[in-house]
Order: sequence, then structure tokens, then C-alpha cells
Amino acid sequence: MSVTATESRRERPAQDSRPPKSRHVDPTRRSQAVAAWVLALPFCLLFLVFTAGPVLASLGMSFTDMRSTDVRSPLGVEFVGLENYADLLSDPVFRKVTFNTLIYLLLGVPLTMASALAVAVALNRVTRLRGFFRVGYYLPVVTSIVAVSVVWKFLLRDEGGLLNAMIGWFGIDGPGWLDSTTLALPSLVAMSVWRNFGTMMVIFLAGLQTIPREIVEAAEADGANAWGRFRHITLPMLRPTLLFGAVITSIGYLQFFEEAFVMTKGGPLDSTKSVTFFTYEQFGFGNYAYASAAAYLLFLAIVLMTLAQFRLLREKD
Amino acid sequence: MTQTLQTPAPLGDEPATVGPRRRSDRGPSTPPWLYAVMAVGLFLVVIPFLWMVISSFKPEAEVRAVPPTWWPETVTTENYRQLFTKLDFPRYFLNSAIVAVAVAVGNMVFCSMLGYALAKLDFPGKRLVFAVVLGTLMVPGVVTFVPLFVLTTNIGLTNTLPGMILPFLAGPFGVFLMRQFVMSLPDELIQAARVDGAGELRIFFSIILPLCGPAVATLGVLTFLTSWNNFLWPLVVATSEDKYTLPVALALYAVGQNATKYGLLLAGSVVVVLPVLAVFLMLQRHIMQGIASTGIK
Repeated sequence: MSVTATESRRERPAQDSRPPKSRHVDPTRRSQAVAAWVLALPFCLLFLVFTAGPVLASLGMSFTDMRSTDVRSPLGVEFVGLENYADLLSDPVFRKVTFNTLIYLLLGVPLTMASALAVAVALNRVTRLRGFFRVGYYLPVVTSIVAVSVVWKFLLRDEGGLLNAMIGWFGIDGPGWLDSTTLALPSLVAMSVWRNFGTMMVIFLAGLQTIPREIVEAAEADGANAWGRFRHITLPMLRPTLLFGAVITSIGYLQFFEEAFVMTKGGPLDSTKSVTFFTYEQFGFGNYAYASAAAYLLFLAIVLMTLAQFRLLREKD
Repeated sequence: MTQTLQTPAPLGDEPATVGPRRRSDRGPSTPPWLYAVMAVGLFLVVIPFLWMVISSFKPEAEVRAVPPTWWPETVTTENYRQLFTKLDFPRYFLNSAIVAVAVAVGNMVFCSMLGYALAKLDFPGKRLVFAVVLGTLMVPGVVTFVPLFVLTTNIGLTNTLPGMILPFLAGPFGVFLMRQFVMSLPDELIQAARVDGAGELRIFFSIILPLCGPAVATLGVLTFLTSWNNFLWPLVVATSEDKYTLPVALALYAVGQNATKYGLLLAGSVVVVLPVLAVFLMLQRHIMQGIASTGIK
């Protein structure tokens, strides 16, 4: 985190047309370094102020008692050590939202990855119209989560919702998907899988296309059936891509927020409230330090989970 | 991770000469039932969009009808008229557009500069800069928004458009994309220019940058889309209605006093979704390549 230390070493921009001779400290290297810092500086300054700085400030803030009333004098707040973290761990609402976030992760990641892989494998076998299908299946990804959440909220209505009307054709009386404490969360996951699987589909398809045709043909010649080829060739060869997909998808589900904000407001009875939702709410109440501590626990969870996934999927060979 | 990030795999709809290992040219022919399955799947995936667009032209009573109708019995543009006259959607649209364009341009400029330095130049602190930028790829927005709000309040940028733009001008994703792209350019190009006596900055601006066109375009489109759909930070920083972006306005209407105006909300969703769908469909080839080669949206 000591970008500042290196920054102090930057020097004044050199003249563009300095002759590449007559310097005792390798002039090309030197002018390269100067030019590099000139190019790097605008990004680094913005990045320090608006990203790296807040990441550290958030950590610092989580050890204080800062509230919205302290905004104008952030240095006047008291240091309270780990109190916020201790309070969080014994807060029943925080426990509830942590549990919910875990369910989002455990339902959402396998479903998203499996649908993406299924469509990617199918797309890889399609010879014509591949581009068309790929774009079509990818469409939900580019749309605003807020907007599609509004649409899905209407689709999932109890009376007059399109989904219940459709399953009604088969004689099934559909429930109020978003009004039930048990069904609301899986419904949000379903909508989220629909919104997100396209990204992984494109990545998996790119990965599938790097598998040499010869290996597949050799397996076919040896009498391996389609499932055997998928299980023993496609999956192992796709492992780096799958690992990457698992990491990115998990990070996404751990930050679940907008769907719940629009479709259920976190309800019914907090059953769809996520950690990010909790953090936003605490910020709204003015509990800045408490919100920061909750955000940091989420951050910690993301880092630990990423490291765990790398270990698990990488060392299996 | 590195493998996905460093091998831009050939994609399906490129000329057949591109990839030596494309299986579609030589693979077994596609069974017809697969096309049927793919078509049905695609229809299911786009149903929400179709229903959204169609229903936004229904009068309020028909949107709430039980059982729901598919085609409108009466076609009306009343929902859109209200959106643009009674509600301030032109303002939200403009805010969203200004923020998204500014963020896209900022990322195109700053990320290509740093991306080139990281890919081709030698300088003290290089490894550290790259590690720190890479490290923040994992940081969720929820971690930074509280201190950012304190910061913007203290420098007077809360409830302003610059307050929405500045935190996203320099994103780690763009650095990553540009670094990957520039690394694929031959070193000899730069060596030759140096021998000819061109200065380091000039090499970047007049030789490298023009070659980065496709990558910069991809980055521009992707950051535009991300910014257009961004929600948490604009929700936090826009405290008065005239600074709302489209997603913020739509979400707050959907959970607020307009929650029961279904037709209006659907028309609002169309206004949020349609421009990005149009941009995406026009430029989808760039976007798909960007995603496949970097692995990140």
C-alpha cells in the first residue's frame, strides 16, 4: 500500500528529444522511467484518491465510532478497537444477512456455472448461427439489473404475473413467489442466474475452442461416449477457465444487492436481505463505522473464498 | 487465472482462417434437434424483454389485468408521455449519458497510458503499481462507498455529476485490458522508433496509441455500459431528484410512491434497457472479444 513511496521518486518530465548519449546513468533507461511515470501519474493519482485511499480509510473507520454527524470532522472520532466487529457478530440481523448471502452464493454459483457451461457446450457444437445464439443468450448481461428487476417483479406476481399464468396452463396454481419467506430468495437467484450466465458462457466457449480437436477424436476412436468425453477431456482441460469463472461468479454473488433492493426491499421479514443491503441500510441510518466494519467482513470473506477456490481447484491434479 | 487472461481465444464468427484449432469446421455435423433446443432456450431467455416492451404500450388497467394479456388490446403511448412530461426522465437520461460518456473517455485515456507503461516500459515501482491495481480488482464497491461519501461531502462534490464520475475515471479493469493488448504489440516497433530518435512520450502518442484502436474502443464500450447500469454509488451520492441517473430514478420509483404504476415502471425499464441493447447489438463483436480475452466484464 505504499504507492506514495514510489511516487516521490518521480522526476520532472524530460525533453522529448534528448539525444541518447552523453549521460553516465544509462540515458534510455532514465528517460523511459520518466516517461513511464508521466504516463502513469494521472491514473495513479485518481486511483490513490478514489480507490486505494478509501479502501484503507474504510478499514480505519471500522475501528472507530464514526457516525454521519462526524462527517465534517472525521478525525474527531473515537477509536473503539474491535467493538464494531464484536457487535456485528452478535447482531441477529447481521447473522441473518450473512446466512442469506451464503445461500445466494451456494445456490447462485453452481446454477450460473452449470447453465453457462451447458449453453457453451451446445454452442460449441452448433456450426451455423453460432454468433446469433451467442449474442441472444448474452443479452441479459448488458442490461441494467435495476430495470430487469422491475420487469421480473411483475413477471413473478401472484395474480396476473406471466409466470403463474404460464404454469397455470398445466393446471398448477403458482404461489406468490416474492411474498413467501422461503420462495423469495430462490426466485431472486433464478432471476440473477438468467441475468448473469451469459458472461461465463462467452468465457467458457472461448475456453472450449482451445481444446484440440485431435484429443477429442482420439477419445472417440477409443470408444469414449459423449459423457465420458465431457467428463474426462472437456472438464479437465477447462479447469483454469472454470476456476476463473468460479472466482468471478462468487465475487458477484457475495455482493448481491440490487435485485433485493428493487424486487423485495430485503423482505419479506429480511429473508432476502444481503450483507451489502445491510451495509447500505446502516449507512442510511448514519452508522458509518458499523457499515464499514460489515463491508470489511464481506471483503475478507471474498479474499478468503478466492484463495480457497484457487487451492481447491488447482491442486486436484 | 493467467491462462484465461492471456490467451485471447478465437471466437465463433471470425473468418475460418483465424484459429488453427477451430473444431466447427471439421467437427461432426450439428444434430437438428440441437438447433430446436437452442431456439426454445433463446426464446425463454428473451421473453422478459419482449413482455417488457409489449406491455409498456398497454394502458395501466390492462397491465394489471388478471389473467395477463400478451398482446395489448389497446395500444397506447401514454406511459411514455407521462414518463417524459410528468416525471423528469429527460433529465435522468441526460445525467446517465453525461456520467457514462465521461467515465468511458476517462478510462480510455488514463488506462491506455498506464497500460502501455506497464506493458513496455521499465520504471521504478512498476511491479508495485501493477500489484496494487490488480489487487483492487477484487474490492467490492460496498467497501469504499462510505469513505468516498465522506470525501465527496468534504470537497463539496456530493449531489453533483463530477461526484459520480471521478471515483470511476481510473478503473483497474481498463489497465488490465490495455496492458494485455499492448503486450501483444511487437517490441521492435518501439526499438525502431527509439533508434530513429523519437522521444518516449511521442512513441506512445503517435505510434502505440493509433495501434490500440480496437482495444480502446472495446474498453470505451464496456466502461460505458458498466457506468450506465451502475447503481450503488449514484444512489448514495445523488441526494436530490435532479441528479438522479436512470437506474436510481427507476429503482426509487419502483419502491416508492409510484410502485403501483406498473405501466409507467415498465416504460421506464424500456428507456433504461433499450439504448444499451442498441449499443451492444451494434458493437457486439468488439465487446465479445474483449470479454473472451480478458475474462472480465
